[in-house]
Amino acid sequence: MERRQLLDLYFVDARARLIDIAAFLDRLDRAAPCDDFRIDAFHRALKELDAATPDRASRVLLAFSDPTSEPIASAPGKGACGAYESKGSHPSA
Amino acid sequence: MVSRVTDDYLAMAAAGCVAVCEPAFWAGFDRGSVQGFHDYFCQLTDYEPRRAARYQLPHFSWLCINPKEAENVSLAREVLAIIPDFLARPNVLGIGEIGLNKNTRNEMRILEEHVRLAADHDQLILVHTPHLEDKFKGTRLILDVLRADSRIKPGRAIIDHVEEHTIRMVLDAGFWAGITLYPESKCTPARAVDMFETAGAERLWLNCACDWGQSDPLAVPKAAIEMRRRGYSDAVIENLIFENPRRFLSQSHKFHIRA
Repeated sequence: MERRQLLDLYFVDARARLIDIAAFLDRLDRAAPCDDFRIDAFHRALKELDAATPDRASRVLLAFSDPTSEPIASAPGKGACGAYESKGSHPSA
Repeated sequence: MVSRVTDDYLAMAAAGCVAVCEPAFWAGFDRGSVQGFHDYFCQLTDYEPRRAARYQLPHFSWLCINPKEAENVSLAREVLAIIPDFLARPNVLGIGEIGLNKNTRNEMRILEEHVRLAADHDQLILVHTPHLEDKFKGTRLILDVLRADSRIKPGRAIIDHVEEHTIRMVLDAGFWAGITLYPESKCTPARAVDMFETAGAERLWLNCACDWGQSDPLAVPKAAIEMRRRGYSDAVIENLIFENPRRFLSQSHKFHIRA
């Protein structure tokens, strides 16, 4: 498909999702501040959106991913929260 | 489907679905005994096929203990021990969905034992990859486990729930890759078609979840609509959403559907 056709199909939807993200960040700003690894991961992922190289979706996913390679000793719970929390600084994926 | 209402079978049949594949899954809570799993496997291999048959939908299943329950190693091993009793049932296609959840050592142990069980009984394998931040690491660990058993043929195993950061490693290793369509948290039809466009159709399978969470039994037909919006022919759509899963599943002699 030509780029214009893709814009015709997806632009309004992508625009709406982008505004949702902007509103989410504004919402966070209005709330009492706290340190949270998920916010850091979110900002790392946002930087990937504006990169002028392909594979943005993959790099956004990697920005949220556990980059380590060893199994952990035990499960902290059943669920996933969406971002990797390292004990120290976040190693690059 | 065990957590869905019968109306979903009707909707799927009306939308053109011709078969249902249901892997053993986590119930939303940990089952307390091997007897609970025995009853669940009876439900998957006896009652649920009869419910689907009312809508002309052949029902196929996969058996395992889900990785979410693998932290209880002793119970997991009791469950593994009863699975061979069900493998000859007419709708059982293989072992699944096995895999990892939080990438723990116990989950790895039980995954290895499931893989050994599948190899011992020459079964197809369906693998669940972890959610969200755990998927990238978990997919790499799962591939390591599968490649460590020389009896496992990659063409007879599907690694499910791939996303943009894991699809390449799965396909490059020779396995089938499943893209699971979900209203939230996994993959939209648009992203699935993007992955098809960048990775190609070979060994790619689109599926949807029908579980107790927010999920859409008609997600695959909706992905077909997405492909039509992008101008793909009926033949290309048919190959991806129908012929590909049929190619994989037909490796089991039990898999038969109307053409």
